[in-house]
Amino acid sequence: MVSDAVGTAPPATTVPRAGWHVGTVTAANRETPNAARLEIEVDGWPGNAPGQHLDVRLTAPDGYTATRSYSIASSGDASRVVLAVDRLPDGEVSPFLVDEVRAGDRLEVHGPLGAFFVWRPGADPRPVQLIAGGSGVVPLYAIASARADAGDETPFRLLYSVRTPDDVYFARELEALAGTSAPLRLDLVYTRRAPEGWPHPPGRITRERLEDAVLPAVQYPLVYVCGSTGFVERVAGWLVDAGHDARSIRTERYGGT
Amino acid sequence: MSFITRGFSGRSRERDDRLPPGQTLVHDFPVLSAGPTPDIDTADWEFTIRTETGSQSWNWDEFMALDIDEVSTDIHCVTHWSKLGTSWRGVSLDTIFDHVETELDYVMAHSYGGYTTNVPLDELLDGKAWVAFEFDGEPLEAEHGGPARLLVPHLYFWKSAKWLRGLEMMSSDEPGFWEQNGYHIHGDPWKEERYW
Amino acid sequence: MQHLDGNALAGPLAEFFAFDVTMAVAKCEGCGSIAELARAMVYPSGAGTVVRCGSCGRVLMTLVESEDRAWIRFTGMGAIEVRRGAPVVPEG
Repeated sequence: MVSDAVGTAPPATTVPRAGWHVGTVTAANRETPNAARLEIEVDGWPGNAPGQHLDVRLTAPDGYTATRSYSIASSGDASRVVLAVDRLPDGEVSPFLVDEVRAGDRLEVHGPLGAFFVWRPGADPRPVQLIAGGSGVVPLYAIASARADAGDETPFRLLYSVRTPDDVYFARELEALAGTSAPLRLDLVYTRRAPEGWPHPPGRITRERLEDAVLPAVQYPLVYVCGSTGFVERVAGWLVDAGHDARSIRTERYGGT
Repeated sequence: MSFITRGFSGRSRERDDRLPPGQTLVHDFPVLSAGPTPDIDTADWEFTIRTETGSQSWNWDEFMALDIDEVSTDIHCVTHWSKLGTSWRGVSLDTIFDHVETELDYVMAHSYGGYTTNVPLDELLDGKAWVAFEFDGEPLEAEHGGPARLLVPHLYFWKSAKWLRGLEMMSSDEPGFWEQNGYHIHGDPWKEERYW
Repeated sequence: MQHLDGNALAGPLAEFFAFDVTMAVAKCEGCGSIAELARAMVYPSGAGTVVRCGSCGRVLMTLVESEDRAWIRFTGMGAIEVRRGAPVVPEG
């Protein structure tokens, strides 16, 4: 359709239109002991913005279908998308994606989805604080990578709460992002087991650890929080208590199976 | 464009003659909820029936003093699962309505948290419905509707309102929460009355 | 029962709307708070999706889907505000 809206240039939030596509898995590898990284070549994929998600629909031989949402770890115009999927206990879809899917399999995907939990280089000059719980790091990794790829120098921090050092997603890539000329500052919180010599004992993130690690409210940062419902709830509450404007906090809770 | 996903079967879907059409058997007890789970202490719980002439209320102790039935029944959720031979304890709606005078034929069930669902009165009487407060020998957990829920097992389970706080008599069959939003006004699983 | 963010509506609603509804701004008819639907609370009950105001918890909208139909009800909000030109561009 041709737009006839005179004088309204598409704003920076423009994202490609969602649709159903057929993807072919080109690589399926172990990301952590409990998660897989899937690379999917999606026929007709219009590209996606950093932080967007897609839906995967699986169909059983008797016609039963199951659909779940996954954040996309990649961004840009490419028709290849990267997912990192955590195997949820009692899950119906995630164990299949982690343990069963292999290169050559075809998957139905719907996307790209969601223009809200998105950050784009140059769209907003404010510093950015990313806060991840577990596999919630996936869209935040996409955002941090997009910044680095664009050579953007917006101050960026990532606070990443994770069970053990073995459970860190994109470990090498995050380390590389932390070593660039405009580095991503990476703060890890280990909840179950920390590396030898780590200054903090393992344990759930506390209000104090959060306030120590995140950009202070006076810098008016944009804050992106992604994790389980409980994690997001706690963290967002502490951020507001610490003076962060609720309008500057964007959250993405993940649930389910 | 849908195609079968190689190697995907999903959770096992058992069939059984006791299942209405389109239903599959489950052994767990899935939780469906349209909002946060209300936390109601039995000390604060009150059950009220409103009629054209007034209202009648029971607190928890008064309610427990009514005749209590043991109920074994199959339940059928509109989301395609059924559970066979579930066991409950509760007060029959026949017992409750022995205490109520009304000429009105329709009922709106109201829940703590704001949920509503509609049922004709004659579908609640003659041993067809209970206010249940025990499941499988244990007090009904909050996530399954405790302290007390409506149990109308011959209709889809959304009619068995969780966190029940009262029944309102109506002169016509007005739709409740899901019934306003796409689900069938009646909800008989054997007729597959799922949607409008 | 755990809830999700309004972001989770993007997929289900993209089936029916030509724009990303999660970016639309709605005013809760209960408490009057104004926010993107992406900031609402989403309860993905198997029977349907219930969207509640992030401030007061009142039901803003519901989505029920069968195999061949869907019911979308804007229960507790009035007009939604949609930015012109955003947030989609035509495919291809």
